[in-house]
Amino acid sequence: MISQIFSLAFLAQTIRITVPYSLASLGGVYSERGGVVNIALEGIILNGAFCATVGTYYTGSPWFGLLCGIAGGLLVAAIHAVISIHVKADQIISGIALNLFAVGITKFVLQILFQSSSNSPRIAGLPYIKLAFLKDQPDVEHLLGNPLVLLTVLIVIASHFIIFKTRFGLRLRSVGENPEAADTVGISVTLYRYYGVLISGVLAGLAGAWLAFDQHSFTDGMSAGRGYIALAAMIVGKWNPLGAAAACLLFGFAESLQIQLQGGSLPTQFIQMIPYLATIIVLAGFIGKSAAPGADGIPYEKEK
Amino acid sequence: MKKVISAVLSVLVLTSSTLLFESCGKSQPSAPPNSEVGLVFDVGGRGDKSFNDQAYRGLVMAKDSLGIKYQYIEPGGGSDRESALRQLASQKSIGIVFGVGFIFTDDINQVAKAFPNKKFACIDYTYDSTKAVPKNVIPIEFRENEGSFLVGAIAGMMTKTNIVGFIGGMESPLIRKFQVGYQAGVKYVNPKCKVLVAYAGVTGDAFKNPAKGKELALAQYSRGADIIYHAAGVTGLGVFDAAREMKKYAIGVDMDQWNEAPGYVLTSMVKKGDVAVYDIIKEWKEGKFNGGKPRVFGLKDNGVDFVYDKENKPLIPEKVYKKVQQLRQEIIERKIEVPNE
Repeated sequence: MISQIFSLAFLAQTIRITVPYSLASLGGVYSERGGVVNIALEGIILNGAFCATVGTYYTGSPWFGLLCGIAGGLLVAAIHAVISIHVKADQIISGIALNLFAVGITKFVLQILFQSSSNSPRIAGLPYIKLAFLKDQPDVEHLLGNPLVLLTVLIVIASHFIIFKTRFGLRLRSVGENPEAADTVGISVTLYRYYGVLISGVLAGLAGAWLAFDQHSFTDGMSAGRGYIALAAMIVGKWNPLGAAAACLLFGFAESLQIQLQGGSLPTQFIQMIPYLATIIVLAGFIGKSAAPGADGIPYEKEK
Repeated sequence: MKKVISAVLSVLVLTSSTLLFESCGKSQPSAPPNSEVGLVFDVGGRGDKSFNDQAYRGLVMAKDSLGIKYQYIEPGGGSDRESALRQLASQKSIGIVFGVGFIFTDDINQVAKAFPNKKFACIDYTYDSTKAVPKNVIPIEFRENEGSFLVGAIAGMMTKTNIVGFIGGMESPLIRKFQVGYQAGVKYVNPKCKVLVAYAGVTGDAFKNPAKGKELALAQYSRGADIIYHAAGVTGLGVFDAAREMKKYAIGVDMDQWNEAPGYVLTSMVKKGDVAVYDIIKEWKEGKFNGGKPRVFGLKDNGVDFVYDKENKPLIPEKVYKKVQQLRQEIIERKIEVPNE
């Protein structure tokens, strides 16, 4: 039983579930380190998935689709950035509005393009690197050979480096922690906050593209709450790229466990609780205090 | 400036909620009262390549051969269902309103009481013999367990690993009917065969999460299953994707789902929602609406069936097909009792 559960297929499944969580969660880290709360992640993922699907469908090239996914994510993030940085509106409300808007607009355009309000036709997936030793397990082969998986790992490590070891990271953190001080030394708070939010758009857009390629189509509402889980992972990971990625891995593991345990002797309803139980236990027991960046969610008003 | 922004935001929210809640075919003021049909789709909406599309086909059939006009609503979220029913029932021109999906059971009872002069029908209504059904409601039931029994028998005879799978959407009495029928069919022809069972969730959203469906299917395939039957709406599209990837078989539901993964769809258990919708519209139009008790569509009434056509014929051996036809006859003659819970 145990060996059946903790197999290569299980590992692959955990990674597959973790990839979109991590990308979106890292996006959240960039945005909030710069001081902008980004609830719009959910809508960014959805729009990213939609644009990736449409781009791939009309050109036949998943690589072009991937770019479209990023562009779709950027677009939603840019709206969020303008609303919350430029005109200093409430960031939570902007995020919620954009999430609702993404659900409506994707469904609307889906209907216009494909005469269906629920799913698109099939699209090609990203090409994968063939791994001869995994020929018997195509699901594992498709995953480990997937360029986006490798890219995600690289992005996680690079993000840690960028945020904590570079001048850009220092400035981004400073505008999120204490924008007045940053402003005094001549750092443009507005500019760096834009950077943070736009990077989150790219990353969460990638997460959406991953979902679309994994499914080979777009389905209405396919982000299915992943943006919110990514935000939770960001908080559990204390706004650190490595921490957030680890939290995503934990969530992915719990969800995969829930899938593998089904069909055993435990009642389904109990098994369905596992991911949420894991979250609560981790939040309550092991994390300790998790404090947001000092100026997170507060628009910056320059003193006159 | 702030005011401008909040105005823009409210417009954003408003437009998106209207997009979620679009109604098609505005009724002309000239339409005579009680002449049109209204229909509210379930989660998944039109284009789900499943029972919402089936119901829609019933509407189109009624329009083509009975000259009926119709209006429909695709609700966006769960709470919109009842208001969508009300919106249609309150229009003078509409005489009968359909709800597609068991999730409408309570909503339709409520709305039917509020509009005693209108007629209602609900596909997959959860019928409870201890509770009275309003006189203006027809609960439509299918014997999914009988159709599932037959596809289960096909799976049981064709599995090479002696392990087959079942993936349900929302865990509920309705979907369990598919499950137990399938299990009974598998065991009837192959008592040694193991059936892996998984559900995508415990809420209505479990019918629209294809990524979850794919993961559940991959998990079952990797544990040795070589045929998986799904009853999971849009979530099931993920099962087909997994079948393609693993080069294993899947069995479709509600409609012929061959096109989702040609070559990998062994067969589909079809539920003739279109027949049910059409029949009831016809009876209603002829003034023979007979509410208050369930209308059951089983193998005998041709309300459920499995697909065997030129496409999937090469996949199913002649011997298996003959055996299944024999089982069908025995179920119709009640020589086999198919369990339903």
